[in-house]
Amino acid sequence: MNLSVALPILIPLLAGAVSLVFWRSHFAQRWIGVFGTGALLWAAIVLLLQTWEEGIQVMHMGSWVGPFGIVLVSDLLGAIMVLLTGITGFATALYSLVAIPREHEKFGYYPLLHLLLAGVSGAFLTGDIFNLYVWFEVMLVASFALIILGGERAQMEGAIKYVTLNLFSSALFLSAIGLLYGITGTLNMADVAVKLGEVSGEEQGLVSVISILFLVAFGIKAAAFPLFFWLPASYHTPQVAVSAIFAGLLTKVGVYVLFRFYTLIFAHDTELTHTILLWMGMLTMLTGVLGAAAQFEFRRILSFHIISQIGYMILGLAIFTPLAIVGGVFYIMHHIIVKANLFLVSGLVYRLRGTYELKDLGGLYRSHPWLGLLFLIPALSLAGLPPLSGFFAKFVIIRAGIEAEQWLAVAVSLLVGLLTLYSMIKIWNEVFWKAAPAERTEEAPAYTHQGNSLLMYYLPIAALALMTVLIGVFAQPIYLLAEGSAAQLLAPAGYIEAVLGVQP
Amino acid sequence: MEALMAIVVGVLYASALYMMLRRSIVKLVIGLILLSNAANLLIFTAGGLRSGVPPLVPDGLSQPLGLIADPLTQALILTAIVISFGVLAFAVVLIHRAYEVVKQDDMDMMKDTDR
Repeated sequence: MNLSVALPILIPLLAGAVSLVFWRSHFAQRWIGVFGTGALLWAAIVLLLQTWEEGIQVMHMGSWVGPFGIVLVSDLLGAIMVLLTGITGFATALYSLVAIPREHEKFGYYPLLHLLLAGVSGAFLTGDIFNLYVWFEVMLVASFALIILGGERAQMEGAIKYVTLNLFSSALFLSAIGLLYGITGTLNMADVAVKLGEVSGEEQGLVSVISILFLVAFGIKAAAFPLFFWLPASYHTPQVAVSAIFAGLLTKVGVYVLFRFYTLIFAHDTELTHTILLWMGMLTMLTGVLGAAAQFEFRRILSFHIISQIGYMILGLAIFTPLAIVGGVFYIMHHIIVKANLFLVSGLVYRLRGTYELKDLGGLYRSHPWLGLLFLIPALSLAGLPPLSGFFAKFVIIRAGIEAEQWLAVAVSLLVGLLTLYSMIKIWNEVFWKAAPAERTEEAPAYTHQGNSLLMYYLPIAALALMTVLIGVFAQPIYLLAEGSAAQLLAPAGYIEAVLGVQP
Repeated sequence: MEALMAIVVGVLYASALYMMLRRSIVKLVIGLILLSNAANLLIFTAGGLRSGVPPLVPDGLSQPLGLIADPLTQALILTAIVISFGVLAFAVVLIHRAYEVVKQDDMDMMKDTDR
């Protein structure tokens, strides 16, 4: 038994159950939130170190060996994603101490947060396709309840679109699982990969259909073009702490699955799938960034930028050279931290000024210069300015594009980087630099009861900003980590051997 | 039998999509229900249809005699049914709340967040 693989799932589940026991004591729930996510972060660090030193970690649930039992697998990509889950979860839990209004806590915000984290970690660690579906649903149910916390009109409208399209994608996912099971007779990812290598010529067509079904299902989850419409319709509506964890983690679960499936399972016919992925990636980048340019509301701009950044990750997968996969993984690491941080900053701006509309904001640099700095770090990193983390992430992907002679993709990536800078400068000018509009409300009415403690707002923001800088400064070790995970992804035999215990 | 099931599954998918494309949010949820049932039946059919051969191991043997029905698909469907039941129950409550807040059951009137 290799318990450290299961801990990142067990800890949030346990923390969620314990916070349910303390249903009436919000004080206890808050601190279980902090310690539970802190423990998750610790377990994730342990798991990553172990995976780095000893290779792929496998745990057979109930000691049923694969492919018959459900396995939990932690390769480097999975362990990295769990670590990012821990970081985002911990930062959000700290931020929630002050940012979640007291009247929302009683609807079970903290238990749901833990459940969400358990679902996300489970999706990153499972080695079984149906089990992946179950973790997806755990994550979705928690996110459905979190997105409507507050019950405002915009939340309801956003939630209907979010729920419908995510359930639709789950149904497609389930159908694809059924067809895949019909062909291979197994659901263990490693075993499926082996069996798909052996299918006869006439069934290859059906395999392609299934791979496209999975592509559409996870394209919706990852908010890729042309399947992203639920995201800008809903991500700006919930509580800002919820927005931050959604923006950081949820779409990236879809991206992670794309990375996993299209390197391990559907790597036989890359001609078809990876060409589609390439176009998907480019168009996702472009539409996302153009959508953002047209918006004048803080969180809507950021939501559209999630989409455009997803494009870079998909592009890394689509080019499908070792360097490009390294770039994709590096990009995911950089993006989750930066994007969650930008949403946290927008929440603090709302706390100070009571609005997300750019036209009603202004003058924040004069009154809160440090906040301006803390905004600029993730914002410029998102746009890809050296020496921040985004520069190296973009650099690796564009370098890979040049080496693979995908000139169009390179041109689009550079253009999108420039337009991202434009969007970020727009926010900077409107929120921080221009003079404050004449009449404005000093404090957000909903948040005033939290007292004036801004420290807990600044703490997670500053920590994540520091991480962004550190990823930039210590790009070499992070690059090595991404390189290690890309090497594992591109040599699926190692994964298969670790899970099934035999050479494929 | 497979051909009949394939038609049934196809009709279910088609009617689910048709219902989801209607403007009323109640019909939207009906569409989602049909969709999850279609997916379940698809798994059932793809796993192979065999009647009268329960997946039981006779006394004193370590494996069943001859071909048996696949128990795994039924376990998968059972899990999927439970999950979709929970999720759809949430969706029903959601549209009820949304109707109370928005006072409309028309999707076209719910475009505020798209702009």
